[in-house]
Amino acid sequence: MKATTKKLLLAGIAALTMAGFTAPASAQATLDAVKKRGKMICGVSQTSAGFAFPDAKGVMQGFDVDICRAVSAAVFGSGDKVDFLPTNINTRFQALQSGEIDILSRQTTQTFSRDNSLGLDFGPAVFYDGQGMMVAKKLGIASAKDLDGAAICVLPGTTTLQNLADFFRTNNKKFESVVFENTDENRNAFFSGRCDAISTDRSDLASIRAVASNPADYVVLPETISKEPLAPVVRQGDSNWRDIVSWTVYALMAAEELGITKDNVEQKLSSQDPEVQRLLGVTGDFGKMLGVDNKWAYNVIKSVGNYGEVFERSLGEKTPLGLTRGPNRPWTQGGLLYAPPFR
Amino acid sequence: MQAASDSRWRVIYDLRARAIFYQVACAAAVVLVATFLFKNASDNLAKQNIATGFAYLWREAGFVISQSPIDYQPADSYARALLVGILNTIRVSALAVVLATIIGTLVGIGRLSSNPLLARLMMLYIEVLRNVPLLLFLFLWYAIIVTTLPPVREAITVLPHVYLSNGGFVIPSVAWTPSLTGVAIAGVLGIALAVLTVRAMRARRIATGIERRSWPLATAAALAPVAIAVLILRPTLDMDWPTPGRFRISGGAQLMPEFVALLVGLTLSASANVAEIVRSGITSIKKGQWEAAASLGLRRPLTLRLVILPQALRVIIPPMTSTYLNIFKNSSLAIAIGYPDLVMVSNTTMNQTGQAIEPIALFMLVYLSLSLAISVFMNWYNARVALRG
Repeated sequence: MKATTKKLLLAGIAALTMAGFTAPASAQATLDAVKKRGKMICGVSQTSAGFAFPDAKGVMQGFDVDICRAVSAAVFGSGDKVDFLPTNINTRFQALQSGEIDILSRQTTQTFSRDNSLGLDFGPAVFYDGQGMMVAKKLGIASAKDLDGAAICVLPGTTTLQNLADFFRTNNKKFESVVFENTDENRNAFFSGRCDAISTDRSDLASIRAVASNPADYVVLPETISKEPLAPVVRQGDSNWRDIVSWTVYALMAAEELGITKDNVEQKLSSQDPEVQRLLGVTGDFGKMLGVDNKWAYNVIKSVGNYGEVFERSLGEKTPLGLTRGPNRPWTQGGLLYAPPFR
Repeated sequence: MQAASDSRWRVIYDLRARAIFYQVACAAAVVLVATFLFKNASDNLAKQNIATGFAYLWREAGFVISQSPIDYQPADSYARALLVGILNTIRVSALAVVLATIIGTLVGIGRLSSNPLLARLMMLYIEVLRNVPLLLFLFLWYAIIVTTLPPVREAITVLPHVYLSNGGFVIPSVAWTPSLTGVAIAGVLGIALAVLTVRAMRARRIATGIERRSWPLATAAALAPVAIAVLILRPTLDMDWPTPGRFRISGGAQLMPEFVALLVGLTLSASANVAEIVRSGITSIKKGQWEAAASLGLRRPLTLRLVILPQALRVIIPPMTSTYLNIFKNSSLAIAIGYPDLVMVSNTTMNQTGQAIEPIALFMLVYLSLSLAISVFMNWYNARVALRG
């Protein structure tokens, strides 16, 4: 009987391990499911200043949040038909794979292995980021290459830990990693001096610096040690849904290029520019091709504004994060944002 | 005809046959459910184009683990990283088991002291530690270490070459050489020899009734092999002096704050449990035993050592096993304060490979087998101290 008990135990363990995966949502027809539900579900960070955080009224705000609102506006005509589900670094992909969320908008870097081994597809990059390092000003360090032998605080997993190991290996230097599961512990260890430096995406460094008791005491080092194109993620095998997400992002970028803003979108409806007319659904039937309302892009801009407005509202120089546009400018201004033509 | 149907009925009413049938049915049901779950999971993963299998174990891990008992580089495989995690888990829980047993036994005995101040203090110790979740204590110990001690650059020099900071406690160490290994082996041999000597002399005392002092001979037995080894191998002591660098102190033996916080947290919480187990073990021995020992002229400490504790051990061992298992399993809380144990390494692996089921299955398997190993050992020890007859 003892052997049977052990087997039962093992079976129980197997059941628990796999329970999360026994009911996968069909990869097809996310749009139908979303429409039927009457709202979409968007996976965001738990708290990340500038990207996803609740405001004083408890309403989620931030750059990643606005991307989801834009997709909601494209599908439903209103940016409010979306529920936000906080996901953590470990469970974010599983949440998407299992159908718990329809779109993951959570400062997620597009990489080859994620794209090709997780059953996921990435939309266009919405934010070109890169991993950097931040140190206390009093250390008097000018370059990350001076950090030989330093202790560096990092969050587990993501691509951060590997980038850091690669950077120090290529420069033939050593470092001690101190890894925390929890973002608060990670910050506190850095602020208390347990670590000499903290390393994560530069946008994230800006939000950590923003919560320091005296932000001026800390300085972000010039090196960018990795490419981190942050992009929204959807399930693989549903190209219609992916198209909706991708072209919503492109619509945000195109609107900035074409000078369409939240405030002037109404006037732009009577614009004579044929591309503006096609984008806003005055002529043509682009919306129908996507399977959404013909005025989808108009609704997107009406509810969140163009890319530039979204950026400035959550991350720009007037916000506590104080980020400059950097590579996140339209290609016409020397940046990397380049929307394919609406033709 | 009649006989044949009789025997058929007899099989159904046969208790043994029925027992076998139930067991086979039960096992078949378990296997069926397990197969279904396994197939369902792997089919679904395949349908969603999610990579499966354990091939990732041999790929390059590519991340740094800062505390490792064995040599580990980022270029090593995930399998080796996992091994580092397992060793880190074992290291911290084994130490915590030993320390918790010692501290807990002393506290448990102190709790029964006739000195009211001592007894009350011990009670306070036990109640505080037993009734607050371990995770909170871990955060507390870690915060105390990291915020009260100065950063490495302003490290306190406790003694020359001994540094204390929130980056860790650093002492000079000896660079290990093969001849030192020889001396260490001789030391182990010496201890074994000393134990044998003491046993032989005790057997003789019991046989002859003549008491001779055993410690001079035992000490000689312990030291002789070491002295011989030193004379033959002539080991040189190359000290590894800690040297403060620009950021960290390099060299020497280092105790990291994450390790210390986890060790202290595990030890103290478990020691409170051990103390209660020891106390209950001692109070389970009837008063008559104390009185009988007293009437033989044994003093209290001797009574405790020779009469009470050996009997109490039988009550103590089984709950102690579960305390040890708890220490081992609770060490997985390491992830909260940044100690690279099995769970943390598995988590990083999960993130980098995107495979969740396999690393979780692996670390559950490791915890299960190590827990079973602890249980087997404790059951063996329990059987050894149990009353025979």
